[in-house]
Amino acid sequence: MSALTPGALPMVSRRRRVTDIVMRSVLALATVVALIPLVLVVYYLFHKGLAAWGGKFFTSDPNGNFLGYAGGIRSAIFGTLEMIGLASVITIPFGIAVALYLTEYGKRSRYANLIRYFVDVMTGVPSIVFGLFIYIVLVLGNVGGTGFSAWKGSIAVGLLMLPIIVRSSEVVLLLVPDSLREAALALGAPRWRVIWKVVLPSASPGLRTGSLLAIARGAGETAPLLFTAVGAQVLTGSLTGQMNALPLQIYYDIQSPRDQIVTRAWGAALTLVLLILALNLIARITSRRSRLA
Amino acid sequence: MIKLLTKNKEPLEVSTADTPAERQAQSASADAAEGRARGGHNVLVRNLHAYYGEQHAVRGLDLDFPAGEVTAIIGPSGCGKSTMIRCINRMHEEIPGARAEGSVTLDELDVYADGVDVTAVRRLIGMVFQKPNPFPTMSIFDNVAAGLRLTGARGDNMRELVHKALRAVGLWNEVKNRLSEPGIGLSGGQQQRLCIARTIAVEPEVILMDEPCSALDPLATLKVEELIDELKERYTIVIVTHNMQQAARVSSTTAFMLDGELVEHAPTNEIFTNPKDERTERYVTGKFG
Repeated sequence: MSALTPGALPMVSRRRRVTDIVMRSVLALATVVALIPLVLVVYYLFHKGLAAWGGKFFTSDPNGNFLGYAGGIRSAIFGTLEMIGLASVITIPFGIAVALYLTEYGKRSRYANLIRYFVDVMTGVPSIVFGLFIYIVLVLGNVGGTGFSAWKGSIAVGLLMLPIIVRSSEVVLLLVPDSLREAALALGAPRWRVIWKVVLPSASPGLRTGSLLAIARGAGETAPLLFTAVGAQVLTGSLTGQMNALPLQIYYDIQSPRDQIVTRAWGAALTLVLLILALNLIARITSRRSRLA
Repeated sequence: MIKLLTKNKEPLEVSTADTPAERQAQSASADAAEGRARGGHNVLVRNLHAYYGEQHAVRGLDLDFPAGEVTAIIGPSGCGKSTMIRCINRMHEEIPGARAEGSVTLDELDVYADGVDVTAVRRLIGMVFQKPNPFPTMSIFDNVAAGLRLTGARGDNMRELVHKALRAVGLWNEVKNRLSEPGIGLSGGQQQRLCIARTIAVEPEVILMDEPCSALDPLATLKVEELIDELKERYTIVIVTHNMQQAARVSSTTAFMLDGELVEHAPTNEIFTNPKDERTERYVTGKFG
């Protein structure tokens, strides 16, 4: 056999090289086009939002005055935290319990498959439908003595968060290796203790991530609150009364003819986005830590 | 009986024997010389059938595992040996769609009798798995303590029991300064010994080992085999293995399984030197499987 010389293999054709450059450019351009709106959103948020920040923006409530300072977003921030907090307290244990049933007990049973199906359907339900549902079931009947109230808003948001938590928790629980369950069962542990001491601790970073993402999703929703919690402008700690929230504040402020109030909407939007960003960051950090473990 | 567990240098002399026959002779004479009591309980398997859904994995099997001895189960992949030992501590039924019929008795206690608490059965019959599976969220100490805590035990002597179990598996000197570090930070061989420590911390009567060394390197394997040799003083041990040299090294009797049935069960050196069944001979000489 003779030795290979430099001309032995065919060169890359000119056509091939041109196609390569053209296609690379097309893909790069598509990326740029997709990025434009994203960059603009962030730009406007900071540009307009930061103009509203400062002064008593975080320490005063919207006051409804036609003249002078229209107030800040304190009640909206606290309202969001309160309602999302209540929604999380109700929904997270519930969602994880459902996921535990699906992975540890129901597995492939018909009942479990039915639940999975409904959870999937719920994931696809538009958020305004949850708002309407709570409006009809709880608000119109003045359940609990009041019509619009914060806890009803929490339930509407909770309904929205529930399928997200169930689905993400189920995935995480399925990732816990069966060898760990077997190890614990073979030691003579009852199943509930296996779940409590082995499965849940192993899955906990992932469960936390899923829950935080669901919270972040719920915090940004306007529609479930529109017909349920809407109304109050002042800071209120009472979950049975009406309550303000960041998305609601944005929704109403943006319709105002006054520049100052429209600017407040931008300030509230920036606050909301940063709040959600913070939740996402925490979620990402906790999930990264789990990968190291 | 338990005090024997604390000697962890002793098996080295046993391992100097070159052939299984020599080794058996040596350990037998050592036993006779020291007048050791054989511990553990007999396990009797009668007419055992095991199924995965429609698939009939174990087809009517009778086997005795005498107290204080190591019995090896050999056979080609898929012959039902793992399924069979998983029936002994009722782990088989944890798999969806799996069920078992027949009887397994520990001395005279039927583990499949109506109303028997499976968790109690598993506490009596411990199990070591193919892949080391320490609990990733727990420290070395907690991994060993897990067996006790998971079965609801709590008490002041937890520390003592954990230390004793770690000494028994010869891990104490390697980990005594880092008991609070995660169990998964250990090497594969150490992890497997940690899992054995976790198993014996609960003080079972029988230990089932499902290919305990197949994920380990030769040195780690040697250590686990030495450990098995030591543990047989106290426990009845059943070991499933793909490695015929291992069966020859650690067991006193060997059972050969094929297609869910028992082909031959005899003293280990007989199985390897003078098998009665032609299929056993073909398998141990490497002609199939």
